[in-house]
Amino acid sequence: MTVRDALNTALDEEMSADPKVFLMGEEVGEYQGAYKITKGLLDKYGPERVLDTPITEAGFTGIGVGAAYHGLKPVIEFMTFNFSMQAIDHIINSAAKSNYMSAGQMSVPIVFRGPNGAASGVGAQHSHCYAVWYASCPGLKVLAPYSSEDARGLLKAAIRDPDPVVFLENELLYGETFPVSAEVLDSSFCLPIGKAKIEKEGKDVTITAFSKMVGYALKAAEILAKDGISAEVINLRSIRPLDRNTINASVRKTNRLVTVEEGFPQHGVGAEICASVVEESFGYLDAPVERIAGADVPMPYAANLERLAVPQVEDISRNHLISGISEMYMWDPCYYWGGTAH
Amino acid sequence: IETSVPFATHRCDPPSRTVETNPQELLSFFRVMATMRRMEIAADSLYKAKLIRGFCHLYDGQEAVAVGMEAAITKKDSIITAYRDHCTFLGRGGTLLEVFSELMGRQGGCSKGKGGSMHFYKKDSGFYGGHGIVGAQVPLGCGLAFAHKYNKDDAVAFALYGDGAANQGQLFEALNISALWDLPVILVCENNHYGMGTAEWRAAKSPAYYKRGDYVPGLKVDGMDAFAVKQACKFAKEHALKSGPIILEMDTYRYHGHSMSDPGSTYRTRDEISGVRQERDPIERIRKLILAHDLATEKELKDIEKEVRKQVDEAIAEAKESPMPEPSELFTNVYVKGLGVEAYGADRKEVRAVLP
Repeated sequence: MTVRDALNTALDEEMSADPKVFLMGEEVGEYQGAYKITKGLLDKYGPERVLDTPITEAGFTGIGVGAAYHGLKPVIEFMTFNFSMQAIDHIINSAAKSNYMSAGQMSVPIVFRGPNGAASGVGAQHSHCYAVWYASCPGLKVLAPYSSEDARGLLKAAIRDPDPVVFLENELLYGETFPVSAEVLDSSFCLPIGKAKIEKEGKDVTITAFSKMVGYALKAAEILAKDGISAEVINLRSIRPLDRNTINASVRKTNRLVTVEEGFPQHGVGAEICASVVEESFGYLDAPVERIAGADVPMPYAANLERLAVPQVEDISRNHLISGISEMYMWDPCYYWGGTAH
Repeated sequence: IETSVPFATHRCDPPSRTVETNPQELLSFFRVMATMRRMEIAADSLYKAKLIRGFCHLYDGQEAVAVGMEAAITKKDSIITAYRDHCTFLGRGGTLLEVFSELMGRQGGCSKGKGGSMHFYKKDSGFYGGHGIVGAQVPLGCGLAFAHKYNKDDAVAFALYGDGAANQGQLFEALNISALWDLPVILVCENNHYGMGTAEWRAAKSPAYYKRGDYVPGLKVDGMDAFAVKQACKFAKEHALKSGPIILEMDTYRYHGHSMSDPGSTYRTRDEISGVRQERDPIERIRKLILAHDLATEKELKDIEKEVRKQVDEAIAEAKESPMPEPSELFTNVYVKGLGVEAYGADRKEVRAVLP
């Protein structure tokens, strides 16, 4: 099943199960979704429940949050999360804080979803990962699926959840196919929010990743295995709440940690995970934590520069080698020279 | 009763200037507005006595809008406003005790002391806050209207905003969508003529706010006349249910400054303020009507004011007895469903909690 179909079926099933669920966003209806995630849903549920909006993020996001105040369950699509910047006030100030400010009177059962982070060749304004922007805000839950199982289970969980959920998809994963079990295909399937998944068990090093980078981490783990290094790959699934227990338990076992994300390194998801491990498991670390992240620059357009700006599989497998496992690399001037010499 | 001035219209025929009322309603308008006035004056004193913290925006002068609007609608209809929200909350059935407790950050507050002056809510009576970001409440109000239409419940949403917020871009975004989708929303521009200290003409190329919906009809209403407000809101509700959004510009005035740090006298003259008080005061208008129709004597009205004063004083005394929130409340209501996740205080070695 493709991630696209996983998302589409999750929306379909939740709309079918709960008449309060409706979709709103740019091109979600007649166009069938800019990335076809909402394909067929207008035909099935009609224009009262699948609403094409004008290009006015602040307007329709505010309307969505207001509808959620009244008890409806909107699913708001951003064509990409880059455009959510036009509406971030409603996500932060109108959605995330209302339940607290009203001492529990004003719950906001809403989902903000759409592709987030780097796509391919779309330049700086269409490639930003906003995971940490939203994950830094109490009151929000922030989910980032990797596989079709994640996409189905987490989107259903997000729609059923009584709190505002930011749901970060990845355009480059939409067309990818993952095997799914019968359980995952069942309409009752749902994943817990706030729990990471250990995609691959290992004993020498922990690699954390979310969204597309989980796939890269798994490939890196395969490469490492050839060198006799056993990597444990954690698919975070939930950026907020962050599953600190699973991460720390893994690090206590492997004693080494590499964090991977496509977003910028400063104040990133990796930075928070690193802090958590320093706080909870400092004595277990045999080497400094390594962060693999997007380059600290706006996304360039040219293919060669873009490749340098986002983590590659070899960045993960290589970088991990300097985490004290292969000490000889640690002081290799080639590493400092360019980072691609290996 | 005739409204004070004719309605000015934009793309619609005006409602009648003759408004129906009865002695009961007149006396209740008087009592409720006197309560609101007294409550705001008392809040001013409490603020100066440092019992109220942070921001505090007072509504005295604008009472006719809250009262007239309530008289035209039911609690099934929704109201959302900005941070000048004390009287709107009272109008929806909130109590003085809840107001003063909230203002002083006590458990007995309508938001258990976690919202403060700008964040009053009474969802069970259709009051959705209490919003601190200027203009953001307008799309939210359109969303409430969306829910009314979606639920087919024949109710409407009133989204209140000031002349300052009237220039926010998101207002026009939400209005466009509301008009496209025929959402039963009434945009109520409470034009008190100053966005903080900026006079309307310094902020708006066209301060005719009732016309600024372009394709959306609008009415300009004397917002100091509770009956004009009532008539306009009744008209607007019928319009909204049948044909979608409409704008009501309420020509009103705030006697206080924008907030407690603003004496309200640097950008307008004292003569202007006292002129409005003498000629257009919403409570005095009702007093005159009551006396002209022999519905009560001057003494009886004075007695009502005394009673109101006593109620306010009692509510303040009781609110002062309400305890501060328990420290554990710091970690409640972050989520409806906290999933048992750990949250931290300033020093996580010292303070951490499992979210309920």
